This record gives sequence, C-alpha cells and structure tokens, in this order.
Amino acid sequence: MYINPIVIFFASIFTSNIVLTNFLGMCSYLAISRDLKSSWGLGQAVIFVMTITTILNYLVYKYILVPAELEYLRYIVFIIVVAAFVQLLEMVLERFMPGLYYTLGIFLPLITVNCAILGVALFMVIREYTFIQSLAYGAGGGIGWALAIVALAGIREKVDETKIPKGLQGPGFALIVTGIMAMAFIGLSGIANIQ
Amino acid sequence: MKNEIKTITEKDLWTENPVIRQILGICSALAVTNLMANTFIMGMGVTFVTAFSSMTVSFLRNVIPRRIRMMVQTLIIASYVIIVDIVLKAYLPDISANLGPYVGLIITNCIIMGRCEAYGQSNPPLLAFWDGMMSGLGYTLVLMFISFIRELMGFGTLFGISVLGDWWTRWTIMVMPASAFFVLAIIIWAVQARQSKKSAERG
Repeated sequence: MYINPIVIFFASIFTSNIVLTNFLGMCSYLAISRDLKSSWGLGQAVIFVMTITTILNYLVYKYILVPAELEYLRYIVFIIVVAAFVQLLEMVLERFMPGLYYTLGIFLPLITVNCAILGVALFMVIREYTFIQSLAYGAGGGIGWALAIVALAGIREKVDETKIPKGLQGPGFALIVTGIMAMAFIGLSGIANIQ
Repeated sequence: MKNEIKTITEKDLWTENPVIRQILGICSALAVTNLMANTFIMGMGVTFVTAFSSMTVSFLRNVIPRRIRMMVQTLIIASYVIIVDIVLKAYLPDISANLGPYVGLIITNCIIMGRCEAYGQSNPPLLAFWDGMMSGLGYTLVLMFISFIRELMGFGTLFGISVLGDWWTRWTIMVMPASAFFVLAIIIWAVQARQSKKSAERG
C-alpha cells in the first residue's frame, strides 16, 4: 500500500511520534530535558541529522546493500553512516559556521548513539518506503522528537518549584509526564495514520 | 575471584540494576514489554549480546587503540546483534516480526556499551562475560516484571495463556504505549523511595 508522503510527514510528528509511540531516543530524551534551551538545541540537531542520515541510509541500502545482497549487514552499515556523517558535520560546522557549532556542537556526539536515528532508518527498511517517503519520514520523525523533548522540558521547568515525592523526582517524574503526553497525543489519532 | 563473582551478581541484579537504578536501555524496556513472550526473547538477546561483546572487548583490551575504541566496540556489538537477528529470523519468525526494529536497536542500547566501557576493557574475559551476563539478566528481570503487569492487565494472559478468564475487563490502556511509561515510572518511584528511606535511616 502506498502512503502519501505528506500523510507520513504529519503522522510521524503527531500520531506515530517516535518518542511517544515507538519509545526511541529515550536516553537523551530523559537526560537533556531539564531546561528548555538545551532541549531545543538538541532537538534542532536531531531534526537536521535525522533528515539527512535517513536519506543517506536509504541510498546506501537501495543502491549498495540490496544489489550486493548484503541486507543483513545493514545494522553495521547504518551505524557507520550515521557516525561518519556526524563526524563530518562537526568538522564542517567548526570550520565554516562557528556560531552554529557552539550551539549544536556539544549535542552532536550524543546523536551518534541516539537510537531514534538508527530506529527511523530501520523502520524505513521494514516499511519499504520510497525515496520521497523516507525523506518525509526522516524529517517528520526528527520534528516529532524535537516537539516531544521541548514539550517535556517546558513542563519540567514549570514543575521545578513544586514539591513532588522524593522517589519520583528526576526520571520517574519525566516518565509520568511523558505517559500523559502520550495519552494526549492519542487524541490526535484521527488526523493521519501510518500503522 | 569467588567474592568478585558474588559482588558482580549482586550489583548487576539489584544495587546497580541497569534499568531501574541507572535508567539505561529504557527504549527497548518500554517498547517490547506488551507481551511476556516477546520480552523474554528480547531479554535473552540482550543478555547474549552483552555477555559476549563484553568478553570480546576484554580479550582485545590490550590490542584496541584507545582513540578508536568506541568504534571498535560498536562494531563488535553490531556483529553479535546480527547473529541474534539471523537466529531469530530463522527459528522464531513470529517473534522476530513482532520485535521489528528493536532487535537491531540492541546496538544502541546503552547498557551494552556501558558494560564494555566500564568493565570489559579493564578486566579479564571470564569476569567480563559474567558481568555482561548478569547485567543482561538484571535488565531481563525488570522487563519481565513490567510485561507481567502489562500483559496480565491488558490481555488477561501470561505468555499467551489465559489466566484471569472471561470475567476480567481488559484494560485497553495497558496495551497502549502510554501505560509503559506509567508502569516503569511507578517501579522506579517505589525503588527510589525505598532507597532514600533506607539511607535516611542509616543517617
């Protein structure tokens, strides 16, 4: 079944959000969501890297791995593509855009081990997306991830001053907020569906 | 040696449990816990990969240059994940389809890299293997507990066998992603509250 790329784009932001329904990228999602500014920085970096690596991985998979019948190597290849791209991006930014490098630079190494990036590439293979669909999915996935982390950081900043039980502070609280967010996002499920 | 094994076991299974104490490997902990059978297979896969990659890193610890050790570790882990993936596809195709991309995502599970980095590269192979295995089992235990709650309340079954019967009203929320967050949060809450009470008593 061919799904319209526009549908995929919006669905991966709202109804099939990669954090709230697929639980990807949780480690950095929980760790970096203490303040709004750095969560937005990381969010931007994820949007950018996810869009481009999804496309790179699509091209590598379709034109190198499939013709050579090496599909089972995709895990290794995808991770190398992501790591190499992030390394390259770091060098390019440092050389040509120092301003941007200072805002995004510290987040880039984190992204290599962000399972959302690899997860999107693997979903793309499993769902047999075309080039345009992969582009929409990569961009939508990144925006959805950024949306979720910024929303969580905003809520955590507001709740910072209130008293919550000691055992719940930190990750426990973040998980409960995320759970409520996931329930709220179910309300949007009429818009578009890809699963 | 014997003492060492005992300390490792205790640490990895409880006092420094990767999921509830260190909050590592949360992604897959949430994603595969809707059915106990899936969870069990996933746990075994993670245990296998952690144990063997920790051991391999330990064998190679004097050969790997420090600067590129992350890359080498990732490649070692990825090779074992490919083995798990191929074996699952061959012998348990249903579960492999259910787990989908999460088998591949074992590569980015922070527990494995963490164990290689924190233990494997500075300890002898057998201890590293044991440490990896116990960390994997600590992860499996927590996941089995979460999926026990979710499957029992969501479907009224355990490992697909009906336990509660027809009178049980199924909690649809337990099948949906949101419940995974709540169940894990409550477990972490309970454990941390107990911990802080204990340390308060000790003064």
